Amino acid sequence: MSGHDHGGDGVSRRNVLECMTWAGTGVLWTVTGGVPRSLGIIDSAQAATAAAPGMTFLQISDSHVGFDKPANPNALGTLEEAVGKINAMPAKPSFMIHTGDITHLSKAAEFDNAERIISQSKLDVHYVPGEHDFLDEEVKLYRERYGRGTKGHGWYSFDAGGVHFVGLVNVVDLKAGGLGNLGAEQLAWLEDDLRGKSKSTPIVLFAHIPLWTVYPEWGWGTEDGGRALEYVKGFGSVTVLNGHIHQVMQKVEGNVTFHTARSTAFPQPAPGAAPSPGPMKVEDAKLRSMLGVASINFKQNEQRLAIIDTPLQG
Amino acid sequence: MKTLNRRDFGVDLGLALAAAILLPATARADDLEVHIDNFVFQPAELKIKVGTTVTWTNRDDIPHTVVSAGKFRSKTLDTDDKFSFTFTNAGDYKYFCSLHPHMTGMIKVE
Repeated sequence: MSGHDHGGDGVSRRNVLECMTWAGTGVLWTVTGGVPRSLGIIDSAQAATAAAPGMTFLQISDSHVGFDKPANPNALGTLEEAVGKINAMPAKPSFMIHTGDITHLSKAAEFDNAERIISQSKLDVHYVPGEHDFLDEEVKLYRERYGRGTKGHGWYSFDAGGVHFVGLVNVVDLKAGGLGNLGAEQLAWLEDDLRGKSKSTPIVLFAHIPLWTVYPEWGWGTEDGGRALEYVKGFGSVTVLNGHIHQVMQKVEGNVTFHTARSTAFPQPAPGAAPSPGPMKVEDAKLRSMLGVASINFKQNEQRLAIIDTPLQG
Repeated sequence: MKTLNRRDFGVDLGLALAAAILLPATARADDLEVHIDNFVFQPAELKIKVGTTVTWTNRDDIPHTVVSAGKFRSKTLDTDDKFSFTFTNAGDYKYFCSLHPHMTGMIKVE
């Protein structure tokens, strides 16, 4: 076995002010008061990605096209900047995933604008919905555009570069007082989808709301996310990619790496750092350092996928 | 006694409540408001009489909904949008935001 083994090494989420670098991925992360936080960047990542063989794909999230409040009066503009960054990458990624909240209010024009900009990347894009994409009265606009070939409310799986990808929907049928929700039907499908897969197949689960409990006080977690994680327990390499919280967070638990991406629209506060999880207004000069995209590299025979978060600026 | 009109005073919820308390019981059926600020329904619990209309106003930069399972369901409320519901039956009405389910509230109708 190569790489670092985090299984049973006693890295507790409750440890305070513990910092460690994680060789091989360049991820620097810290645990403060029980809340894991990524310190963000990472090494000379771009160059490393360009040189790395294997498959690279991108994650963008939380575009909130249509958002026009003070935290970012031009969310479409910053999405366009993100796509510009993607187009400027030295090596063309294989494809992109979008972890939801494409639009702010599920208006047809918002979906159209998002599509117009994102399609300029000329990449295949695999979407999962955020709660902001299911707001139209008939809840049909997202599914008309992105639901083809999916199950239930829009979940599906596909294989690329030897990795099995599973897009999950955890923004439907939310219960009062609860968190994100996958539901029995989707969990049964997931269990079935993974059945028979070789345990050496790297698995990527992606969904809008974090599948792990980040901060329940703000609803940042998924009620039955633990069930989904049980189904992937036996696999050697599992990566969980989420959005929703508009900031980078990462933690590693055994063979599972959890990661949330920045938004391309506006930042949100760190858990508990503000009265609410609403949009965080920062100085105009600082905004682009808090928005961005993530690039994920998978090399055959490596336990973990290397994740590199790149801000729009700074 | 004439019905008190909120607009006469240009008041917000706090004053409207104060007015309701000062008035005799007959006027307590005055319509009431719940504000959504910082992902919180305020006040989180209201006690009202049958026939009262409650109006929710979203004052956040993020859309919310007001949903009481099987009882009432607002459309998505963008910033400054309102939703009103008139309570014609006594009972406890638990409600929540279907987008942010950690947001909950209660209307007690007697």
